[in-house]
Amino acid sequence: MAKTLTFALMDPPFENGRSTTALRLIDIAVNRGYNVNVFAYEGAVYLPFAKQAQHPNVVHGRNAEEENHPLPRAWIAALMKEAASKGPKIDWINCGLCVDERGAGEAIEGVRRGSPADFWTFAQNSDNTLVIGTK
Amino acid sequence: MKVLNIVEAAYRGTLEEQDDTIVWICHAMKGANADIDVLLRGNAVNYAVKAQDASGLSFGDAKQTQPPQLANDLVKLKGKGAKIFVVEDALRERGIEPGELIEGVDFVPRAKLAKLFGDYDQVWHW
Repeated sequence: MAKTLTFALMDPPFENGRSTTALRLIDIAVNRGYNVNVFAYEGAVYLPFAKQAQHPNVVHGRNAEEENHPLPRAWIAALMKEAASKGPKIDWINCGLCVDERGAGEAIEGVRRGSPADFWTFAQNSDNTLVIGTK
Repeated sequence: MKVLNIVEAAYRGTLEEQDDTIVWICHAMKGANADIDVLLRGNAVNYAVKAQDASGLSFGDAKQTQPPQLANDLVKLKGKGAKIFVVEDALRERGIEPGELIEGVDFVPRAKLAKLFGDYDQVWHW
């Protein structure tokens, strides 16, 4: 039976490397057959925000297409697609109150709205939980 | 499952949230029957100081009416059955006397944290 890992994330996108590292850990977990739960708390609810958009970068001398700016929402969608094709499940819950106070309600497909009670349920039903808090 | 929540990054958005987000989520999880305790370390030991007062914030005619009451939030969390641990070395380093804190906290020396962690199934360092 596949093991399950839970991740609690707090950082918003584009601010530091912790969220990217978390997604890399999730990628490794999925590729090793782990089911993954994610509870996005506070600024992390913006990680799967559907309205993230690429832009040109004048400093780099590249248009939007050439720049191909990374978007966390696209990384998360890719992780979910990867999981779906390989078997493990990614269950991503955004903290609902954190979403409301930020107006971050438009998340990509596959993201659910929930509460800290869901996080506790995730943790109880997982083999281990990694909290990656904002510092 | 028994979990110890370590709060170290202090006063992180507390004026905007009107609480500490980790103390808040502990309250919320307690409501879901979570068996959790809290350890204050580093600058977060100040959360247990009774005399702190964050009231008075205003921008033009926009006044904050519900400022954070962090020490009181800890008292309430303790009332729900959570233990509140405070790293006593962190208090001493900051010149905070134990008598300045809310009643009923458990003091733990830094040297005994590993032993404390052993009492829990998981330790979440926020």
